[in-house]
Amino acid sequence: MFEKALKGNNYYWMWLAFLGLIIVIGFVSYLRQYFYGLGITGMSRDVSWGLYIAQFTFLVGVAAGGVMLVLPYYIHNFRQFGRITILGEFLAIAALLMCVLFIFVDLGQPLRAFNVMLHPTPSSMLFWDMCVLLGYMFLNILCGWVILTAERKQVAPPKWIYLFVYISIPFAISIHTVTAMLYCGLPGRHFWLSAIIAPRFLASAFAAGPALIVVMALILKRVANFDAGKEAIDKMVTIIIYAAIANMFFLSLEFFVGYYSQIPGHMHSLEYLFFGLEHHGHVYNNLVPFMWAFILLFLVGMALLCYPATRKGNDLWLGVGCASIFIAFWLDKGIGFVLAGFLPNPTNEITQYYPHLNELLIAAGVWAIGFFVLTILYKIAIGVEHEIEA
Amino acid sequence: MDKKRRNFLKIAGISTLAGLGATTGLGRLVGGAQSAVAATEEAATAEHGNAIEQNAGDTPCVNRYGMLIDVRKFREDLSLGERVVRACHLEHNVPNIPVKKDEIKWIWMTHYENAFPEQPHLYLDQTNVEFQLPILCNHCDNPPCVRVCPTKATFRDANGVVIMDFHRCIGCRFCMAACPYGSRSFNWSDPRPFLDDATMNKDFPTRTRGVVEKCNFCTERTRLGLQPACVEACGDTKAIVFGNLNDPDSEIRQMLKQHHTVQRNPSLGTFPSVFYIV
Repeated sequence: MFEKALKGNNYYWMWLAFLGLIIVIGFVSYLRQYFYGLGITGMSRDVSWGLYIAQFTFLVGVAAGGVMLVLPYYIHNFRQFGRITILGEFLAIAALLMCVLFIFVDLGQPLRAFNVMLHPTPSSMLFWDMCVLLGYMFLNILCGWVILTAERKQVAPPKWIYLFVYISIPFAISIHTVTAMLYCGLPGRHFWLSAIIAPRFLASAFAAGPALIVVMALILKRVANFDAGKEAIDKMVTIIIYAAIANMFFLSLEFFVGYYSQIPGHMHSLEYLFFGLEHHGHVYNNLVPFMWAFILLFLVGMALLCYPATRKGNDLWLGVGCASIFIAFWLDKGIGFVLAGFLPNPTNEITQYYPHLNELLIAAGVWAIGFFVLTILYKIAIGVEHEIEA
Repeated sequence: MDKKRRNFLKIAGISTLAGLGATTGLGRLVGGAQSAVAATEEAATAEHGNAIEQNAGDTPCVNRYGMLIDVRKFREDLSLGERVVRACHLEHNVPNIPVKKDEIKWIWMTHYENAFPEQPHLYLDQTNVEFQLPILCNHCDNPPCVRVCPTKATFRDANGVVIMDFHRCIGCRFCMAACPYGSRSFNWSDPRPFLDDATMNKDFPTRTRGVVEKCNFCTERTRLGLQPACVEACGDTKAIVFGNLNDPDSEIRQMLKQHHTVQRNPSLGTFPSVFYIV
């Protein structure tokens, strides 16, 4: 089926060339980091995880979000998702690839990465995260490929594949739960030490993942003559709205616990994120604009998605609404959540994190690799659809 | 063989394997917790009335090395802190990196409010506002860093000391996120250019970029029967007393019996092995 990715119009090749350029820049930047060390990032002794791990955390959510298509289609037999379930599965593959790459570029000794498998350590959540991420990636490649092949031959998919489809559903939940456990089991990091982290991650994932799929479906409608169907899009928007509200509900619970209990450790990170943290006469607030942009984009997105005229009348407004939700939750989880957990540090000092240019270029390169792979996978999927229709 | 029988054998085989895998996996996962409970029970029934042993680690260690730091001595002699830090950093080839964000430190002097942030105080006594005290890795009896390390690059040895294998560490920095004491440093770049050839300790390895490091309670010295470098730097002042916490007759245990001591953030259940007389 790969041959379908080799035929395309000029825009297709220009898009791939554009991504390829960013990938090359990212790769050169990575070589620079590889030979110097992680010192050419904004990370420090106090903020020891930065942009990379934050992107990783967010993208695990995007990967898990695909299950919001798989579950209604395969469990509830929601037929309208038939055409786009493959988009969810392929998005998960690309997102997981980015996750693995973001972990890899974050390692101080990348050549020793396989030590995680050579010396398996069940007490470490990172070990389990590797297991579930690789497992989920394998399941999506297998299910996506087998079902697409069957579709191409216009036969029913083999029965055994459904076993793997059903297994992939709890796996999707598990990848984000275990990723939350990386954070929520650490003593002394009050912002992360909350039992609600995993549900909050899942809620934001089930909004951000489908939001990206809707944006993709709308783009594909214009550029690839692929119509996901009005009913499918409408149902996805419903899912996005509920999941987004759930995420904000969980966030407000964090606010309540912190500010009603008045326990300083539970308030510090929230204060730093949303209002600026005052410490020895200095106010630390470099993430405040991002967090209010998150709130604002959430409100804009919700307004566009909830108001029937913008949701149903116009693809552009619908796309803007979904993109707003996606970017909002990226700001929340792909920037704020990870960085704020490190403030203040265990010895009550504050170091703010500012990414290095080199770090930004590497991150852009990884995103570009993800979208490169995603473009090719979608090209194949849509090529098959068109072939059947023809 | 008929098809039914074959299928049965297949399923039986797979479920046995899965069962075995799950039990061993779970066993290893909860192993730490069980031994902790056992240790606490044992300790509770032990005869040393008020001196309850804090054996909560996942590996039952024969010894448990610990430290008692008499902060008063560091107030009496203001140069002592610097001497202690220098002795440690020379012994272990800890580079002196001027950029604060890339800093590496094993033991360092800090204020009371930084060492004990869980004891905030609006009206702190003048001595604790002015003077500094040394902090270092607590060599916890229930160390979060060991729990989270995905490669066992950080582990406890038979003396209860939390040490690093610099050759196994992949530099994921999970341990730095997990340590509630900020005791761990990362080599953000090659540390060797920041070392002085003239003062370098040729008997202790230098590190490569991309690995985590921290205090090792001078394992390389205690193995030879020597005191840790920081203890030696204190001379006869007894500002730092080092010994085996599992030995009720050790000097450190006698001193702990006689003085009121505190640990850094003990409410987290890490059971630090470093005690302070403030």
